[in-house]
Amino acid sequence: MRTLFKTNYDTDIDWFSHPAKLGWYLVLLAAFLALPLYFFWQNDTYLLGEVTSVFIFAIAGLGLMMLTGQTGLASLGHAAFMAIGCYANVLLLNAGVPWLIAFPLAGLIAGALGTFIAMPVMRLHGVYLALATLALSVLMVDFIVLGEDFTGGVAGISVPDISLFGFTVNRYANPYAFYYVVLGVCLITVAFYRNIVRSPTGRSFAAIRDSEISARAMGVDPAKTKALAFFLSCSIAGLAGALFGHNATYVTHETFDIVMSITLLLMIVIGGLGTIHGAFLGAIVVGLIPVIIANARTWLSTSFDITGNIPGIEQAIFAAILIGFILFEPMGLYGRWMKIRTWFDLFPFYRKGLFARQKSYLKTERVQ
Amino acid sequence: MSGLVLNGITKRFGGLTAVDTVTFTVEPGEVFALVGPNGAGKSTVFNVISRFYTPEEGTASFDGEDLLAHPAHDIAGLGIARTFQNIELFEQATVLQNLLVGRHRHRKTNVLSDLFHLPSVRRDERAHRAAVEDVIDFLDLQPHRDRPIAGLPYGVRKVVELGRALATQPRLLLLDEPASGLSVEETQDMAFWIEDIAKQMGITVLMVEHDMGLVSAVANRVMALADGRELATGTAAEVQSHPAVIEAYLGTGNVRKVAG
Repeated sequence: MRTLFKTNYDTDIDWFSHPAKLGWYLVLLAAFLALPLYFFWQNDTYLLGEVTSVFIFAIAGLGLMMLTGQTGLASLGHAAFMAIGCYANVLLLNAGVPWLIAFPLAGLIAGALGTFIAMPVMRLHGVYLALATLALSVLMVDFIVLGEDFTGGVAGISVPDISLFGFTVNRYANPYAFYYVVLGVCLITVAFYRNIVRSPTGRSFAAIRDSEISARAMGVDPAKTKALAFFLSCSIAGLAGALFGHNATYVTHETFDIVMSITLLLMIVIGGLGTIHGAFLGAIVVGLIPVIIANARTWLSTSFDITGNIPGIEQAIFAAILIGFILFEPMGLYGRWMKIRTWFDLFPFYRKGLFARQKSYLKTERVQ
Repeated sequence: MSGLVLNGITKRFGGLTAVDTVTFTVEPGEVFALVGPNGAGKSTVFNVISRFYTPEEGTASFDGEDLLAHPAHDIAGLGIARTFQNIELFEQATVLQNLLVGRHRHRKTNVLSDLFHLPSVRRDERAHRAAVEDVIDFLDLQPHRDRPIAGLPYGVRKVVELGRALATQPRLLLLDEPASGLSVEETQDMAFWIEDIAKQMGITVLMVEHDMGLVSAVANRVMALADGRELATGTAAEVQSHPAVIEAYLGTGNVRKVAG
C-alpha cells in the first residue's frame, strides 16, 4: 500500500497526484499509440475499426458524463446532439471549410443549438428531464427527414473525407490514420474534461448535482450552471457525432436514433457515473459485446450445430447487463475496479461493508 | 442602515400565515438568536433572508442592500452565508471539495480559463485552498479533509456545513439549529466556535436554536416567535422569563401555577 504524503496544494490540483500514476498512464498511452502496429502485423483492419469506434463512443460517453455524471442531469436524447454535430460537420466540409476549422466548429454548433433546444426542459429533474430529452431525440429524427435539402433526409448524405495537413484521411482507405485522429480528439477531450472537473466550474456542477438548494446558498446560479453543463456536454457529443459520421461515411435519419441515446446512457451507467474511466470502460463493454456475441454465434453454429440467429439477442443481453449493474454495482465497472484495488491495498483487512454506505446512497438517491 | 434589517415581513402559504409582520434588526458584530416552538416561523424567516421565499409584505435589507431585489444565488455574494437545519452538503464530494464550493463567490476565473487551466486558475485555486485550510484549522477538520461526506458521522457533517459557510468569508452568518442532534461535548464546541466567529472574526451571527443553554451562552439578544409573531425580544434571561414566552411553550394553565 502506498501512502501519499502531500507537501503542497498542487498535489491536489495536478492531473496526477503521484509520479507513479503518471507513469501508468504513459504506459497506457504508449500501448494505444502502438496498438495499430499489432493490427498492421495481423493485417486486421476490422478489429482496428472496432477499437476506433470504441474511442468514438467513449468521447460521446464523456459528453453525456459531463451532464449526467458531473451535473446530475439525465439525458436520453444525446444522439440528437451527436446528430447536430455530425450534420454541421458535413455541411461545413461540403461548403469548403477546412476540417481543422469545421470539426471544432461543429462541436460548438452542437453545444449552442443543444443548449438552446434544451433550455425549456432544463428546469425539469430526474425522470422528467430524461423523458423530455427522449422526446428531443425523437423530434431530431423528424427534423432530419424534414430538412431533406440539407441533411439528405431518408436518402442520407455521404460524409466527406478528413483532410489534415494535406493528407486525406478516410476510414477505409487509411484506417490507421483515422485511428490516430480519433485518439487525438479523445486525448484533447479528456484533457479538457479533467480541467473542468478540477476547477470551480466542475465544483459548481457537482454542487448542482448533490444539492441544488445549498448550491444556490453558496452563490451558484442553477440556471446558468445547467446551461453551461448542457453546452459543454452537447459540444463533446457533437464532436463525437462528427467523428461517428466520418466512421460511418454515410449517415441517414436512422443513424442517430433513440437506441443510440439509450446505449450512451447505458454505457456510462455500466462504466461508472461521474468518472472519466467510466466512459471508457462503458464504451469498451458496449463496443465489444456485439463482437463477442457475433463470435459466440459463429462458434455455437459451427461447434454445436445450433443456429445462433435469435433476433434481438444483443438488446436482451444489454438489458440484462444494465439491470445487473443497477442492482449489484451502482458505481459501475470503475466502482468495481476501485473495490478490487482497495482489496489489494488493505489486504488482509478489507471487509465487506467498506463501501456499503456509498452503495446505499447511490441506490436510493442517485437516480432521482 | 448597516446590519440586517427586517421590517414587517409577512409570509403566507395559502391560508397559513407562517411569518406575521416580523420586524427586527441585527447589529453588526452581534449574535442574535431566534427561538420559539416548532412551527413558529423561525426557519421561514431564514428562508426569506436567503431568498428561497419571497415575502408577501415587508422589506429586508443588509448593509443598505435590498435583499428582496436579489435572487437566492446573489445572497452569498452580498456576504450572507447560511447552514441548513437538515444538513444540505454535497454528499458525493469530499470535505475539501465542499469547503471549496464555499469559495464560489470569490471566484475570478471563468469557464474558458478553467477549460485550459490557465496559470490564473492555478493561482486562484491555491489561494482558495489556503483560505479553506484556515477554516479546516479553525474547526479541526484535518482528519476528515479527503473523506467523502457520504461516510461521515452526523456531528462532523454539522461542522463541515459550518465550515462551508465560513469559507465564503461572510459578514453575516445564518445558523439554522447549529446544535440540533449534537452531543453535549459537540454542543460546547459549537458554542466556543460561535463565540470565536463573532468576537475574533467579527462576523455577525443570526441563529435559530432550541437549545436554550447554547442560546444563553452565546447570544447577545434573543427574539421569541410563536405562530409567526414576535412574542418578546431581549437578553436570553429576559425572554425566558417573559410571560408570553412561557405561555407559548407551556400553555396558560401552567402560567397560573407558576405565577400563583
